[in-house]
Amino acid sequence: MGSELKVPTMAELFASGQQPEVLFWVGCAGSFDDRAKKITKAFIKILNKANVSFAVLGTEESCTGDPAKRAGNEFLFQMQAMTNIEVMNSYEIKKVVTACPHCFNTIKNEYPGLGGTYEVVHHTQFLKQLLEDGKITLEGGKFKGKRITYHDPCYLGRANNVYEAPRELIQKLDAELVEMKNCRKKGLCCGAGGAQMFKEPEKGDKDVNIERTEQAMETSPQIIAAACPFCNTMMTDGVKNKEKEASVAVMDIAELIAGAEDL
Amino acid sequence: MEYLPNILFALLLVAGIGYFARNVKRLSRNIKLGKRVDVSDNTSQRWKNMARIALGQNKMVVRPIAGFLHIIVYVGFVIINIEVLEIILDGLLGTHRLFGFLGGFYNVLIGSFEILAFLVIVAVVIFWVRRNAIRLQRFVKPEMKGWPKKDGNWILYIELILMFLFLTMNAADYQLQLKGAAHYANEAGIIGAFPVSGFMAPLLEDMSIANLIIVERAAWWLHIMGILFFLNYLYYSKHLHILLAFPNTYYGSLKPKGQFKNLESVTNEVKLMMDPEADPFAAPADDAPDPEKFGASDVSDLSWVQLLNAYTCTECGRCTSECPANQTGKKLSPRKIMMDTRDRLEEVGKNIDANNGSFVADDKQLLDDYISREELWACTSCNACVEACPVSIDPLSIIMDMRQYLVMEQSAAPSDLNNMMGNIENNGAPWPFNQMDRLNWAQES
Ligand code: SF4
Ligand code: SF4
Repeated sequence: MGSELKVPTMAELFASGQQPEVLFWVGCAGSFDDRAKKITKAFIKILNKANVSFAVLGTEESCTGDPAKRAGNEFLFQMQAMTNIEVMNSYEIKKVVTACPHCFNTIKNEYPGLGGTYEVVHHTQFLKQLLEDGKITLEGGKFKGKRITYHDPCYLGRANNVYEAPRELIQKLDAELVEMKNCRKKGLCCGAGGAQMFKEPEKGDKDVNIERTEQAMETSPQIIAAACPFCNTMMTDGVKNKEKEASVAVMDIAELIAGAEDL
Repeated sequence: MEYLPNILFALLLVAGIGYFARNVKRLSRNIKLGKRVDVSDNTSQRWKNMARIALGQNKMVVRPIAGFLHIIVYVGFVIINIEVLEIILDGLLGTHRLFGFLGGFYNVLIGSFEILAFLVIVAVVIFWVRRNAIRLQRFVKPEMKGWPKKDGNWILYIELILMFLFLTMNAADYQLQLKGAAHYANEAGIIGAFPVSGFMAPLLEDMSIANLIIVERAAWWLHIMGILFFLNYLYYSKHLHILLAFPNTYYGSLKPKGQFKNLESVTNEVKLMMDPEADPFAAPADDAPDPEKFGASDVSDLSWVQLLNAYTCTECGRCTSECPANQTGKKLSPRKIMMDTRDRLEEVGKNIDANNGSFVADDKQLLDDYISREELWACTSCNACVEACPVSIDPLSIIMDMRQYLVMEQSAAPSDLNNMMGNIENNGAPWPFNQMDRLNWAQES
């Protein structure tokens, strides 16, 4: 692995009188889940490479409350939200980027009503902007000609109408983007949302992630691209279930970009 | 005696419309059992949505075959109703083809009504085949047994009969005009154009004028009676959507689909808890309102827009066929959520009617008696149902309100979720990790 990651925290910058342009909201999965931590690091590498002025909250960050809210615990959600808002407002944060569509949705849509109004972007939108501003370049062609299918996270796609930014990034890799039969507005859930990630599924014929993995497999992909740590887990499990992990990789868009740059 | 038909017709009309008005009153009373929500914002966007989604049917064509056929029936329905206006006036005044003076334009109108009627018949037949012969998945799900299935077919039969009567009436009229029958024929020549019923005319050619008049009158009366019947059938049917799709799309949510509402009652309590100055042991003020019930266990806990949603549901099952839980064999079906809500609301409405205008507790509620917990907990909150609905219904919002009741009023979350929430409360993450370790990844290689 290359050079050390530079991960400034808000507290450090604040102490030295600096204000970063953007807060990277890492999220619980990005902080604690072994698979998702790799996505976090890939994204940090890109931020470092592009010299983005950013910081993380580190130990001052706490769950956005999304899973509590979708589970029906509005009380716990608002406790979390108000605590986080207090922290973010104390640092006078204006812009937030996150690699988790659930954090993205919650901070963007549900925090303003509780006193936290920020410009919130998903990391795929942020990366697309870096590319357009020439802060990063994509050559190399490590993924050139690779068949990549993209799985729309519900909370990025249907919930917030972000369909194109991740797709444009994949196309910039000179990869062959193949669509599943259910995509964009009709994208099928991976099965993790609505707090399902944290419980056993109800009785049925099949798990949702298996159904979605089968749809992905129909496109004979070499890579399944995801843009959400939870979708990533679900699809990875699905690929393992199909015993296809040797030939099909599940990767986050940030990992694709970082990989193409050989970071 | 000469005016007997006119009087009979007027009575029929008053009865038909009167009964309909009674149903509308009941409908609006029931919808108002829901909680108030402010939907007075952004009127221009709301009108646009209504124009696009209800009038313009733009969500219907996401499924091209059903969408195209539906547009035929919809346009047919709206346009042929222009003819109903003439029929009503003719009936009241005892005239025949009152608008005939429009001349060539009238012929174009009648001609196009006939073509539309024919297309409607074709579309209705295909719809019937899809429901009963091909048995498309979404029409044979468990919640479609019994009345919903019959209702779906009844509507098709009624439409078929109405179109058939309309064409028979025209065919007989055409023959009568050709034969120069009094009251029907006109010196100016044939009134109306009969591109479709013209083909039926040979069947009637040999009939006497007297018999033709019987056929024409019978078809005329049955047609208008059928329409009045249909009008009153709506309240008991999924066909109510032909009226309610308009207000429902107007009042549909304008927010991003991922944005769930923040409960204000909770906000106030949380603020109080977090306010270092507030005295947690202070006795509540005497005039403090009763603490609000969190979430929904029955229809009166839902908002009136959610109740309007329930009455608007077309039972088309587009939501259910896109639902990941339903697709993988779970009990949850967003269509059933809407149908259950309507059924329970009807039950509550009947209870109120039977008890002189006030609800008498009946030991039943929407939760458990209609919608099971197993259904509620199977939802991934993916919004596929909301996206799929052609009339802007939001089944997910009802699911979420009912989860809130289960968790905040009953502490009845599945144990896995209780663990998750305990973790968030104690460690600020849904897993049992220490908040102080949140940045450890930065040091790991
Ligand atoms: S939001 Fe829930 S009910 Fe609606 S489609 Fe998704 S899983 Fe099914
Ligand atoms: S909620 Fe909408 S999509 Fe679902 S059955 Fe009713 S009308 Fe159809």
